[in-house]
Amino acid sequence: MAKQLREVYGSVLAELGDSNPDIVVLDADLSGSTKSKLFAEKHPDRFFNMGIAESNMVSTAAGLASVGKIPFVNTFTVFLTTLGLIAARGQVCYGNLNVKFGGAYCGMSDALDGASHHALEDIANMRSLPNMRILVPSDETSTRWATKWAVDNDGPVYLRLSRDVYPDLYPAGTQFELGKGAVVRDGTDVTVIACGLLVHKAMEAAEELAKNGISVRVVDMYSIKPIDTALIERCARETGAIVTAEEHNIYGGLGSAVAEVLAHAGIGAPTEFVGVQDTFTESGKYSELLAKYGIDAAGVKAAVEKVLKRK
Amino acid sequence: MSLSKEREARLKELCRVFRADVLTAIHGVQSGHPGGSLSVCEILTLLYQERMHIDANKADDPNRDRLVLSKGHAAPMLYRNLIEKGYLPQDAMASLRKTNSELQGHPARHTPGVEMPAGPLGLGLAAAQGMALGLKLNGSGARVYAVLGDGETNEGAVWEAAMSAPKFALDNLCAIVDYNKVQLDGTTDEVMPLRDLAAKWRAFGWNVIECDGHDLMALDAALDTAEQTKGVPTVIVAHTVKGKGVSFMEGKSAWHGKAIDDESFAKALEELGGAK
Repeated sequence: MAKQLREVYGSVLAELGDSNPDIVVLDADLSGSTKSKLFAEKHPDRFFNMGIAESNMVSTAAGLASVGKIPFVNTFTVFLTTLGLIAARGQVCYGNLNVKFGGAYCGMSDALDGASHHALEDIANMRSLPNMRILVPSDETSTRWATKWAVDNDGPVYLRLSRDVYPDLYPAGTQFELGKGAVVRDGTDVTVIACGLLVHKAMEAAEELAKNGISVRVVDMYSIKPIDTALIERCARETGAIVTAEEHNIYGGLGSAVAEVLAHAGIGAPTEFVGVQDTFTESGKYSELLAKYGIDAAGVKAAVEKVLKRK
Repeated sequence: MSLSKEREARLKELCRVFRADVLTAIHGVQSGHPGGSLSVCEILTLLYQERMHIDANKADDPNRDRLVLSKGHAAPMLYRNLIEKGYLPQDAMASLRKTNSELQGHPARHTPGVEMPAGPLGLGLAAAQGMALGLKLNGSGARVYAVLGDGETNEGAVWEAAMSAPKFALDNLCAIVDYNKVQLDGTTDEVMPLRDLAAKWRAFGWNVIECDGHDLMALDAALDTAEQTKGVPTVIVAHTVKGKGVSFMEGKSAWHGKAIDDESFAKALEELGGAK
């Protein structure tokens, strides 16, 4: 059943807290929204509301990690990866400390609040930090895995989570791996490499394009750092054209990461980038905003058609 | 528990030697922060050489006391103390700020004995708060010290932590402000007036002690009081002198982060009674 990723994350965290006493959870006065509240209700002695003080929250988590705790810090994605960034860089990543970042409202999922609350630079910010690993789940099963992976593996991890309801993509118990992507639909003409919500949009676009005889491969690049270089190279060679799709600025995110791999491998496959085109967004209904900024199936379809002309 | 006369005399001698060694290292590499390293000398030396329960042979002991040097630019004085405690080799100071050295310009966590990276000011108190919180959860009686600069309190992040630490009743946390009244561009009054610094902390719910930060006995008594105070964290507002121990550096913002020329270095060493 389709679920809000934040809801899945919160309940998994609460569940993992039962068996792992080292898990502690911090929030910056948004626990009702981020769903870290689900952990707080079950484990009140290991939940710390830090108030509206993101830097304080992340630095405190660095200290907690240094004495053996596994802290998860939670707030809206945009605040976590801007106001929390100095501590993420200077303490957590520089000190290679075991802090987990839960960015609850990625992309434009906090739609009506507008540009101030949209997170469209977070992957770029977090990707540039040494020691940081970035996971972008796209459904309940991958969110469950990513949250558990963060608990089980030492070091900084950034989980990019959404407020939105995502349809199911993977059967329960699917095995994922850090540094890997998953081919969720095979195809031969072009590969759409997507993450998060855009995996679903890419699947829709692929279905549409199939009617016109275009065979689209869709990759869920759920691990953005480290990224699956072998899979990217293979897709570029086998399909000869690439479209990246993400709910993020076109600079510094998944698209940039894929382009880096292609450039390094010397593969000149034409590439198109679906994402917010380096602009600030606005308030509105989520579906309307996604359509307006081209972060939907129509946007992916147009990019595929464009890239195929360049092939 | 109070400091004996003999211990005080030994610590005084260590402070003299540490000052000379720190200036030697900063002079050697022609880069670093003499002023703030000298002002924090008694604070760090008393904590590391007398009070803190730490052992370089059991560096990972979960019940060790922790210190976060939030004013990271005073790193040379931290390193000199860590050498004395056996965390770093005796000749380590000569590698300060040099390529391939363990002794970074500002504290890095891969350096033995350093508990938390620092450099960007304002972040150390919150990290110390996290340590204190975690140690309480772990049932440990260890204490956590955060050493801050006065200029550092310009940073809003300091006051975020000042607000939250009393909420969590962290009586195992002790902040110490090296209140030397001088920062990089001038005096604290010129750059950003701190007004009644003690009153600010008091308003946030801290147990506040003011003392002379170069008086080992007074500092030691303040640390005793901090340890005995239950239910709230303690901050020691330690009144110090920037560049303490070298007459021409004292109170001068010019010596905040300046390379030491040969002539000044010779004079400074002479005033400090030479190296070890």
